[in-house]
Amino acid sequence: MTSSSTVLPLPPEVCVRRQRWFALIMAAVALVAPFAVYPVFLMKGLCFALFASSFNLLLGFAGLLSFGHAMFFGWSSYVTAHALKVWGLPPELGILVGTAVAAAMGLATGWLAIRRQGIYFAMITLALAQFFFFLAVQVPFTRGEDGIQAVPRGHLFGVVDLGATMPMYYFVLAVFAAGLFGLHRIVHSPFGQVLRAIRDNEPRAVSLGYSIERYKLTAFVLSATVAGLAGSLKSIVFQLASLTDVDWHTSGEVVLMTLLGGVGTLFGPTVGAFVVVTVQNYFAGIGSWVTIIQGVIFVICVLAFREGIVGTASPFMKKRGIIV
Amino acid sequence: MTSIFDIPTGVLFGQLLLGLINGAFYAMLSLGLALIFGLLNIINFTHGAQYMMGAFVAWLGLNYLGLGYWASLVTAPVVVALFGMAIERTLLRRLYKLDHLYGMLLTFGLTLIIEGVFRQLYGISGMPYAVPKELAGGWNLGFMYLPIYRGWVVVASMVLCLGTWFVIEKTKLGMYLRAGTENPILVRAFGVDVPRMITLTYGFGVALAAIAGVLAAPVFSVNPMMGSNLIIVVFAVVVIGGMGSILGSIVTGYLLGLVEGLTKVIYPEAASTVVFVAMIVVLLTRPAGLFGKGA
Repeated sequence: MTSSSTVLPLPPEVCVRRQRWFALIMAAVALVAPFAVYPVFLMKGLCFALFASSFNLLLGFAGLLSFGHAMFFGWSSYVTAHALKVWGLPPELGILVGTAVAAAMGLATGWLAIRRQGIYFAMITLALAQFFFFLAVQVPFTRGEDGIQAVPRGHLFGVVDLGATMPMYYFVLAVFAAGLFGLHRIVHSPFGQVLRAIRDNEPRAVSLGYSIERYKLTAFVLSATVAGLAGSLKSIVFQLASLTDVDWHTSGEVVLMTLLGGVGTLFGPTVGAFVVVTVQNYFAGIGSWVTIIQGVIFVICVLAFREGIVGTASPFMKKRGIIV
Repeated sequence: MTSIFDIPTGVLFGQLLLGLINGAFYAMLSLGLALIFGLLNIINFTHGAQYMMGAFVAWLGLNYLGLGYWASLVTAPVVVALFGMAIERTLLRRLYKLDHLYGMLLTFGLTLIIEGVFRQLYGISGMPYAVPKELAGGWNLGFMYLPIYRGWVVVASMVLCLGTWFVIEKTKLGMYLRAGTENPILVRAFGVDVPRMITLTYGFGVALAAIAGVLAAPVFSVNPMMGSNLIIVVFAVVVIGGMGSILGSIVTGYLLGLVEGLTKVIYPEAASTVVFVAMIVVLLTRPAGLFGKGA
């Protein structure tokens, strides 16, 4: 069965069984993980995994390289932190407000950026993100270098106390799962098919009668919205919104996570996010080694590992019927 | 002291001069980016790091080898260009057949490595670099005080930019270069060593960034992050000007520097964002850029 010489397709019922087992094990690991691993680390990983997955929707399925995704992540983080701390909103409304702001920003910046293609698109998104970075430096409500600190986590729907670690973890996990499921549905919808058609051959998609600008903009807004959701969640987990989240390094990190995990794969960004967050935790506090290592991973990924971790593993798993 | 619109002329012209200096750096960097993009089809994210390296080579030369400013103006671009050409030969070359975006990602990774190493070695606080004594002091022009060094930066950068423009547009070497940009395969068929031309072009673009770094060292302090703060603004400048025209990227660079200087006088709060606002306005009105030829 495991020998690579047999190329006979597995019977469908075996595949279905294996897929169910795989999904079940993944779910079990996610549920049990906080008892084995430091929960805050897991929550950080999940927030960045959702963030990277949102970026992957653009790069992996629409072929658009946004080099400024930190603007959505960072600003929604600020807005949610402000809403919870100053306006005293409950967490669910705070997340809603933060995510809505990110969606509106996505609409405005996407509308500008899709006017140019390829390399210019990347430069425009980077420049727009820098504009929003400077805006965050100057606007008083972000509190400059300090950021918004000691954000109260509050009670979810007035019932669940997110101040405790475990409820917070399961809430983050639920939002992450919902976000990833949503992205999965988008990618496999007719809309997602059109996006891929645009990515692979833009002139052909135009000649087929698709209004590509509208598709690109919709994808951009969806991606910004999910990135915003991740940012809002992050500000509640860490009870902090700071300039780090809107910095261009963060935009670069999310590119790295996606590239390392596997562009255009469902779980790639998640795997990449956890690897990058682990590296951050491990090397934090010893100078700028995190930056250097991230740079090295970038170079290796681009030169020799363009499929990423999941992209490399999936043919192997597909052959064994574990994933579709 | 005289004033225009309640702004003392000394302040106004002082800021405009500072704007012109920033513009000089924008122009030199965006010119290098445009040259490299023309032939390599790569957006050289490392450009900012290479500008920083130019300043650092000058600083290291002064403090460890006793090399003065004028010597650094020659050695720094050569050293950084050699480094750049080594990168082109070993790494960038592998990406020419792939999507342009990979080049940007690779050079972004290199930027992280270079900046990380310099930060590890020299920290993040800036190091001062004295103005060379031949260019110290200043002239009182009546309407403003002109520090000689700042005047020198503007003049030197203009000479470099116009010299580059002249070489590319008016000489045979430049003709090969432009032909290589249009159709490298055909130029190769005529017996021109295109791969070597690509390496040298990359080296030249990088050298321009390094010279800008040396020129910048006495104006700003030398620090590992000086390049990345600049390069993103330069990207906006490139989007505004479009990379299709050499003269276009030079003019756009100086123009935006002046706009920034003027903003510092009229509405200082917007000085750090005005270039990005200008980019937004250009995208709304002329999406292809001021001198662009399509997307």
